[in-house]
Amino acid sequence: MTQDMIQTDLNSVLSHEEIQAIDAELAHVPYKSGAAIDALKIVQAKRGWVSDDCLIAIARYLQMSAEQLEGVATFYNLIYRRPVGEKVILFCDSVSCWISNSDGIKAKISDLLGIDYGGTTLDNRYTLLPVPCLGACDRAPVMMVGEDLVTHLDEARVQLLFGQTTEANKD
Amino acid sequence: MPTITIDGQTLEVNKGDNILEACLNAGLDLPYFCWHPAMGSIGSCRQCALVQYQNENDTHGRIVMGCMTSVTEGARFSLDAKNAVEFREAVVESLMLNHPHDCPVCAEGGECHLQDMTVMVGHRDRRYRGSKNTHRNQYLGPLIHHEMNRCITCYRCERFYRDYAGGTDLGAQASRDRLYFGRQQDGVLESEFSGNLVEVCPTGVFTDKPFLADFSRKWDLQSSPSICGGCGVGCNIAPGERYGRLKRIHNRYNHDINGYFICDRGRFGGGYVNSKRRINFAGLQGTDGSFAAINQEAALSKAQTWMQNARIAGIGSPRASLESNFLLQTWVGSDQFSAGFSDAEGSILNRQIEILQSTRAMNPSIKQMESADAILVLGEDLTNTAPRVALGLRQAVRNKSLAMAEQMGLPDWQDAAVRNLAQDALSPLIIVTSYSSRLDDIALHTLTLTPNEIAEFGCNIAARLQGKPAHNALIDEIAECLSGAKRPLIISGSSMLQGNIIESAAAVAEALCEHNANTMLSLCAPEANSVGAAMLSQATNLSLSNIVEGADDIDVLVVLENDLARRLDPASVKKLVESGTKIIALDVLENTTLDHSTLVLPAASFAESQGTLVNNEGRAQRFFSVFPPAHDRLPSWQWLLQLATCSGSSQLSALTHFDEVVDACAASRPIFANLSEVAPDRSFRDRGQKIPRQTHRYSGRTAVNAAVSVHEPQQPIDRETPLAFSMEGLNRDQPAALTPYVWSPGWNSNQSLHKFQAEVDGPLKGGSAGLRLLVSSTKGVQKLSLTTPVSEKSDLWQLVPVHCLHGSEELSRHTDEIAELAGDAFLTLSIATAKELDVDEGDRISVAGCGDTISLTVKIVERMAAGCAGYSIGFASTRELTTGAEVHLQRDIAWQPLKPSLIASDRDSMHIGGVNRHV
Amino acid sequence: MEKVLTRNIGPEQHTTNLAAYKANYGYRGLKKALTEMSPDDCQAAVKNSNLRGRGGAGFPTGMKWSFVPKGDACSPGHKYLVCNADEMEPGTFKDRLLMECDPHQLIEGMLLAAYTIGADIAYIFIRGEYLVAIQRLRDAIAECYANSYLGERILGSDFSLEMYVHPSAGRYICGEETALINALEGKRANPRAKPPFPQVSGLWGRPTIVNNVETLCNIPHIIDHGADWFKTLGVGEDSGTKLFGVSGKVNNPGCWELPMGTPIREIVEDHAGGMRDGFQLKGFLPGGGSTDFLVPEHLDLAMDYNVIGAAGSRMGTGTMIILDDRTCPVGMVLNLIRFFAQESCGFCTPCRDGLPWSRQVLEDIENGAGRAEDLETLAYQVKYIGAIGNTHCALAPGAMEPLQSAMKYFYDDFVQHIDAGHCPYHNGKGAL
Ligand SMILES: Cc1cc2nc3c(=O)[nH]c(=O)nc-3n(C[C@H](O)[C@H](O)[C@H](O)COP(=O)(O)O)c2cc1C
Ligand code: SF4
Ligand code: FES
Repeated sequence: MTQDMIQTDLNSVLSHEEIQAIDAELAHVPYKSGAAIDALKIVQAKRGWVSDDCLIAIARYLQMSAEQLEGVATFYNLIYRRPVGEKVILFCDSVSCWISNSDGIKAKISDLLGIDYGGTTLDNRYTLLPVPCLGACDRAPVMMVGEDLVTHLDEARVQLLFGQTTEANKD
Repeated sequence: MPTITIDGQTLEVNKGDNILEACLNAGLDLPYFCWHPAMGSIGSCRQCALVQYQNENDTHGRIVMGCMTSVTEGARFSLDAKNAVEFREAVVESLMLNHPHDCPVCAEGGECHLQDMTVMVGHRDRRYRGSKNTHRNQYLGPLIHHEMNRCITCYRCERFYRDYAGGTDLGAQASRDRLYFGRQQDGVLESEFSGNLVEVCPTGVFTDKPFLADFSRKWDLQSSPSICGGCGVGCNIAPGERYGRLKRIHNRYNHDINGYFICDRGRFGGGYVNSKRRINFAGLQGTDGSFAAINQEAALSKAQTWMQNARIAGIGSPRASLESNFLLQTWVGSDQFSAGFSDAEGSILNRQIEILQSTRAMNPSIKQMESADAILVLGEDLTNTAPRVALGLRQAVRNKSLAMAEQMGLPDWQDAAVRNLAQDALSPLIIVTSYSSRLDDIALHTLTLTPNEIAEFGCNIAARLQGKPAHNALIDEIAECLSGAKRPLIISGSSMLQGNIIESAAAVAEALCEHNANTMLSLCAPEANSVGAAMLSQATNLSLSNIVEGADDIDVLVVLENDLARRLDPASVKKLVESGTKIIALDVLENTTLDHSTLVLPAASFAESQGTLVNNEGRAQRFFSVFPPAHDRLPSWQWLLQLATCSGSSQLSALTHFDEVVDACAASRPIFANLSEVAPDRSFRDRGQKIPRQTHRYSGRTAVNAAVSVHEPQQPIDRETPLAFSMEGLNRDQPAALTPYVWSPGWNSNQSLHKFQAEVDGPLKGGSAGLRLLVSSTKGVQKLSLTTPVSEKSDLWQLVPVHCLHGSEELSRHTDEIAELAGDAFLTLSIATAKELDVDEGDRISVAGCGDTISLTVKIVERMAAGCAGYSIGFASTRELTTGAEVHLQRDIAWQPLKPSLIASDRDSMHIGGVNRHV
Repeated sequence: MEKVLTRNIGPEQHTTNLAAYKANYGYRGLKKALTEMSPDDCQAAVKNSNLRGRGGAGFPTGMKWSFVPKGDACSPGHKYLVCNADEMEPGTFKDRLLMECDPHQLIEGMLLAAYTIGADIAYIFIRGEYLVAIQRLRDAIAECYANSYLGERILGSDFSLEMYVHPSAGRYICGEETALINALEGKRANPRAKPPFPQVSGLWGRPTIVNNVETLCNIPHIIDHGADWFKTLGVGEDSGTKLFGVSGKVNNPGCWELPMGTPIREIVEDHAGGMRDGFQLKGFLPGGGSTDFLVPEHLDLAMDYNVIGAAGSRMGTGTMIILDDRTCPVGMVLNLIRFFAQESCGFCTPCRDGLPWSRQVLEDIENGAGRAEDLETLAYQVKYIGAIGNTHCALAPGAMEPLQSAMKYFYDDFVQHIDAGHCPYHNGKGAL
């Protein structure tokens, strides 16, 4: 692979802004592969997930093999290697929330959205994922919806949040 | 040497070892998985647990990992402590949670380290009641089969492939109990050393795919000590046979050369032994050009009629044994014998031997090369011309990191820690070649020069080392780096067919020798016995052209295992054929020379015969037949003895046994004087017994012919070697040259090797096999010819040979899987040249000016010397191209790309039983 | 009690900008160090303060720092300081508070730590989910660069420091300091073998100190007020204050800064408001999900490292999780083991495969499919997975702590599950 060729097919996959953001990270790591996680997150930020094409393009840009980057990408739970909905619900399934009936809330959410962990609603608005303790145990049960931390969950609250999306997601 | 106590027993152990090594050295069975003698420890499997006590009064102790614990003076351990025993069993029980119950259909069964360890720890009943995790397998190409469900997550595959061998396309993915070892997507593994995964994996995840398609159990294989014929390195191999077919090749440990690993050409390139293109019977060419099969006697009597009072000449072969070459030479006489090199190669190899005999530099084994702390490579694409050497250099460049570790008191077996500490710190490797090499990733500098420029560059370094100012910062830097090194290594070779490169390499080494007696100089030779054949013909040096020129005066030309079309230009072949000389050719596979021969004699392959090969280092090594030749095949040395007798030659008439041939060869020339010491002769016995080619577990012998007869068949008797074609005998304390396989009670896998080593990672108990015939001298190389022609600017492209691990070697390319990987012949171009000629990777390009115009597939490489184009050497369609020729290049406009189609192995892999491939 | 770590933090109070932080004596410690104290003086102060790491293991901070090679003993190159802000231990919610509400305090602590050990590059390795904290830290760092608190020649001194925020891509194991280093290097976050310790060969093979957020937040105060003052803060044997938290069925779950050595009863009853009506205290994990259960009889123990250790548990992160009498102990342990099995990096066998095996046994018991011999199997697993040194890092032994202590204190509950063939608490329907 020639440098020129890399450049052209990178440009068709990664955006200019993405490459700029990755370059900024590269400025303070001694090895290009040191920016692997940052680069994955940068690319995921706009697109929601990291496709094979993106993964390969990032790997080339960082002069790593696709295998090496895949090893990194699949290790971390906040890097998504499959498409997700517009918002990811990170539902805390750890102990303090569990004591506060998170299982029941989770069942309710699944019911309202018609999805289990790993699923994406038919209208593509939400993907539901479990997450380890969100560090808000005093406000349990909690979850993150997109960028927002939602605390003190109960049935009424999730009904309010997701009630209207129910119909759209019945098959 | 620290003294430690294990279960009350006092042991002297090696300083710096870990306790697992100490246990294995003491003959104690401590189970392990992730540790590997060549790759050190990471402590992931936790299998090698034992208990360590603080002092005499400590009765409790604590569990430590053997592979992660240094031996220290007075340290106290227990293998047998109840908690250690229980812990080791718990580890296997955990590893077996998700392991399939497929031992009976698993290719690893019977030589599976996991099986051995499971039995060793006594784990029998699985308590786990959950469901098992399952994985998808990947298509990894024609050589390696993938069965992820069997993985026990020891990380050995990744660590070998990536850390040891520098491969990039295999690695750990996912995490927790979902860990997965594979590629990012299905596809052919890129590493030239991928086959070692088969032996490195302690279970059946990575298995030998061609073997799987033609499978036998390890205990049903008949093996012998053998030497790889793939290149000039001479790796030791253990081929296995059943039903007269060569089933597989395993690495055979040689401390000095290959250690634990061989390349994929060596492991998979032996498939040609079973090829349909093998010659089974003698053939006599009729007037219409077709061959009629005749039996051995008829063939010999036919030859006899031609040879009465005839002028006989012989062409030997760098891929035939020393003994066969010697017989032919002795029979026809030195002045009628050519060693069978192309003219260019012949003179280079002669010079190479002269240099190695006169240089003050050490001619290193691979083990010695691994100790180098600065390396200069001149002209060789080692991964393709001497692959195992390239793998050795990957280890040598780590010496810098080992030195850093030593400074911190970190033992070298602390593999991950050493790598973390050193990051990318590497000992300097400088590669000066005409095109990209697979070692570029670990090189401090890569220089891309034309062949003549490489020689000139080498000379400049030598001159600078001798004190002449260089006027070139890079030359200064390289010279300083070499002269500052404790153990500098210079590597070159004949692959570019450019004698002045070798001269310049010798000059650099000689200059370094002025101040450093540890300087090493290694010169690569192309074929398994190039050095041996060159040593034989050194004095007489009759070239192939000499033979062609004198063809009219030759009545009978005997060609030994040599396809002349690979060594002579087409016009010369034509001239020879049309000269009317009767050609008697002995060979293994059909080839162009046989097509033009009057009489063809079926020769046994390396697997059916024995002989001596001399490698790059000048080390003579013996290979032994794995199974008796079938049909009318005979080992070449036997054909030659008989032909000589028919011809009325008296010189060889006293010889019948192979050992006598060896003795005669030894007596013929001082350089071969010790040849009979290469391996014990046929009279060798261990406690009165021969060495068995079959393991004591050999199960099939009585059953093999049960459909024909219930009586046990008589085993073939081997009258030529100390080995038996049976399981009777002892495989224990024999010299290393006679070790056909490793097996020890409780250790059915190749991990039993430590039972055969003097100490872990040390030489075999019987010493390292082989005998050095070339030794350095104190006088230094005389009359180095260091003039390099000034190349003129030209509009034409200069052809340089590109060697391919898969495809360039004559015999291995007749193995289906190798042929598939070799693909089409190609021409490599630099990016700039491709742009200039308006071609892209995969397009076709016409090459004109060297024989007929031919069309080759374009390959674009990162580095290619200006004005040069590289052609894949050894491929049928590039035969007419000659190294150094100046050619016209032009985009092939007539060519249309083909639609992609399923490749052969894709189809095959779908038929292999039990394979759940991707949907 | 004097508020130290949370002096800028109140119910509605955040001190996220430089001016506000400085107004309340912010960066006074830094100025003092840069003008009056050598790195050795700072090192001595921290050592004398007896500050112990707040990340869970309680390792003395001054001693840890003293292992960093200095002067000629150190080969030329960078040294690194890393703040461990990966807070993911179940039941732990203290570092989030410190970072969201007073980011400059952490930055000042890091400046002082870096000054002491001679680091020139610092990273804050923070949970990716802590979006607010990430933003506030980044803003605070930008303010620092703009005002010469970070960058070249800080406040005109010879000391320079670059600081970066690295949001994690997830996984609990990243909190383990050597796994964290691998994550920072852009690799898979498997822990590294020790020795060599990161203090000598850490990030990029260079000397590296990893400290918890709360640990680092203590440093400005130690430097500013001195080691002796710091020692007087604790009411028991340990120095300083600590963020203690309580979650579970209490009236007022939360997190408070209290003196080291505060009795557990005071924390649970006074600060957390005691158990909610209808719930009784059955047991508690004193310092996060990987500490051993204690039971009501331990309520009067002081929250001091050695005291809690002597009782058979660990101080851990000092954030307690309360088990009440209506929550199934088997279910709670199952939830924790599921977490640990899920979060195992997969590097070593006892953790990767042993924890899922424990999970299977607990699932069977909780779901009514338990067998009598399962208790033996669990005990076997505790012994096999639970000892430090049996595994490559401390994750798996930590995972065994709640299990082994639950088997000790709530053995009857396990037996009842097996005998009854269902969960006596939820009858298989999850927590109330
Ligand atoms: C599995 C595991 C997870 C950990 N997670 C954290 C964490 O999230 N935050 C933390 O500060 N320390 C964590 N630690 C402890 C760190 O390894 C390390 O001891 C700590 O950051 C040192 O800081 P300190 O000396 O200031 O306590 C964890 C340890 C283990 C074994
Ligand atoms: S105990 Fe082993 S598998 Fe578990 S997290 Fe630590 S290193 Fe990884
Ligand atoms: S061999 Fe020692 S831990 Fe694997």
